Amino acid sequence: MTTQLRVITRRMTEHPADSHTLARYEATGGYRQARRAVGMTRDELVELTKESGLLGRGGAAFPAGLKWSFLAPARPAYLVVNADESEPGTFKDRQLLERDPHQLVEGIIIAAVANEVHHAFVYVRGEYPKPARRLQRAVDEAYASGYLGEGIFGSDYDLEVTVHLGAGAYICGEETALINSLEGRRGEPRLKPPYFPAAKGLYMMPTIVNNVETISNLPHILEMGPDAYKALGHEEDTGSFLFSISGHVNRPGNYELPHGLTWRELIFEVAGGIRDGHELKTWIPGGASAPWFVPGDHLDLPITKNDTGKAGSMLGSGAVVVMDETTCVVRAAERIVRFFAHESCGQCTPCREGTTWLEMILRRIESGAGREVDVDLLLEVGGNISVGLAWPPRMTTICPLGPSAVSPIISITKYFKDELLAHIHGGGCPFEGGER
Amino acid sequence: MSRWSPETRERARSILARYPEKRSAVMPLLYLAAAEEGYLTDEGMAEVAEWVGLTPAQVQSVASFYTMYKREPTGRYLVSCCTSISCMLLGADEVLAAVEDEAGVPAGETDEDGVITVEHVECIGACGGAPAVQVNYELIEGVTPDTARELVRWLRSAAPDSVRADEMQELFGTRRSFDWAIAEHAGAVGPYPAFEPYGTTDGHP
Repeated sequence: MTTQLRVITRRMTEHPADSHTLARYEATGGYRQARRAVGMTRDELVELTKESGLLGRGGAAFPAGLKWSFLAPARPAYLVVNADESEPGTFKDRQLLERDPHQLVEGIIIAAVANEVHHAFVYVRGEYPKPARRLQRAVDEAYASGYLGEGIFGSDYDLEVTVHLGAGAYICGEETALINSLEGRRGEPRLKPPYFPAAKGLYMMPTIVNNVETISNLPHILEMGPDAYKALGHEEDTGSFLFSISGHVNRPGNYELPHGLTWRELIFEVAGGIRDGHELKTWIPGGASAPWFVPGDHLDLPITKNDTGKAGSMLGSGAVVVMDETTCVVRAAERIVRFFAHESCGQCTPCREGTTWLEMILRRIESGAGREVDVDLLLEVGGNISVGLAWPPRMTTICPLGPSAVSPIISITKYFKDELLAHIHGGGCPFEGGER
Repeated sequence: MSRWSPETRERARSILARYPEKRSAVMPLLYLAAAEEGYLTDEGMAEVAEWVGLTPAQVQSVASFYTMYKREPTGRYLVSCCTSISCMLLGADEVLAAVEDEAGVPAGETDEDGVITVEHVECIGACGGAPAVQVNYELIEGVTPDTARELVRWLRSAAPDSVRADEMQELFGTRRSFDWAIAEHAGAVGPYPAFEPYGTTDGHP
């Protein structure tokens, strides 16, 4: 049941020494599907992608084909690949960029043709110079071979690809912030509506923004056909999914798997269980933005978009962060809240002020100066960012960053209230190495 | 009049050619300006403004939004220690403390000789090889407090002209997020990302 899939990770697994080169890519069937796509119509490609059930892999799991179908008629249209991977716990796009960049370039060609795009951008986070170098090298090779540039594959279709480096701002992973950043502005999310950049995006023109992993799947969907692709997955979660597993497990790493395993199988079989005979305490199922799970309630839950959502969390970008019993949850929550406070763009008051207050209150509790009212205060401040502390969040802000900071608050007050109170009553952190 | 050398101006022109609208070149031009002078000066930002047709204030507004645009001088080696959740769980705070102690300065500061700047950063996408450190944005995974100290001593004593992730990983790293598989010879020459044309690379395998 826990056999890994080898679709987007096949080449890098079978040919580790040169999976990033054009020679290896073409020797293993590369660019045949892009060549085919150039001869296909937009309708055919959109329909095929819809049929595959491909869901966006950047965190929101929005159906990719449906997103493409929203593209407004104005031209030029743009494609922007979101490689601003910054969600704590997530490191899958880095591997795809470094180890199989031509797979991404081929996916870009397919997505560009499907959306009548002649200029695509890849927005790579600034802290990824090596992945960006590998990708630029692949783009250069593709230009030299006539797969990018004027008249690709001998057709009359032109396609330019620009690799763009970010400069250290998590918020640029939000698609409208990313577009602002790519326009040379501060990376602040745009007011909605329009809800989709497909209506008005880059330079206020129709724009498709897709994640690296989403795009990397496209050559395989064309190659095996939508039905076979669907069959790889589990019910509505079609195809494979890259899980990034980190924290206190024996075998952290990226694992390409179908949905539908249980968390017990993922943590104890795939990731080799908890380090040094320790015990599982809690885990984050889908990146720092996601509410946490605990062994008593969630270990045998199937890992699907719907089951995870019904249980009050999300699979997000597939980042699973595992914590053992030595972990102080106050410190862990503080670290996540600090992240969002640091990365808040500052446009919306509930997020800018709220995340900072949450960080300060958690720090006070960890340091031993916490008061019993601080537990309620955390929930009150959280409720001002995310109304009613509901899941999915009811937003008070332009983008979901603020409500994301509330997830660890909800988690520790729900599952670890005793530990919070132990900090408050005991004058500090009861864990080894904690503050007192 | 441009303050930049003919080579840098040529690079600026090639950057501008990559974008349909000039303003989109602001970010890469800011890196180019940083690479030219070691950090972003007011004059450097004014130069960028001229290239893209904005005011210096508009360019400063952009630069100040992003953490990787350093508007004050940094050391020759910028040592960035990740202390986000996955790295924290595996000892990142201890790694940062070791780097601060060995460098003799707290995070956010530069040592007296201008060799090392220490900073703590949020998640750098190396969670499977936590804790992670970057030197001039070149990555090392699976760093321990001991190897972090060795890294600082090595930067001071070896004073490499460029830092290479593969070399530093070999010397100071342990567990990686995934198999890097093949050595890369590109390196960073300053506290900005090594990505052509504004960083440096000296070869792709």
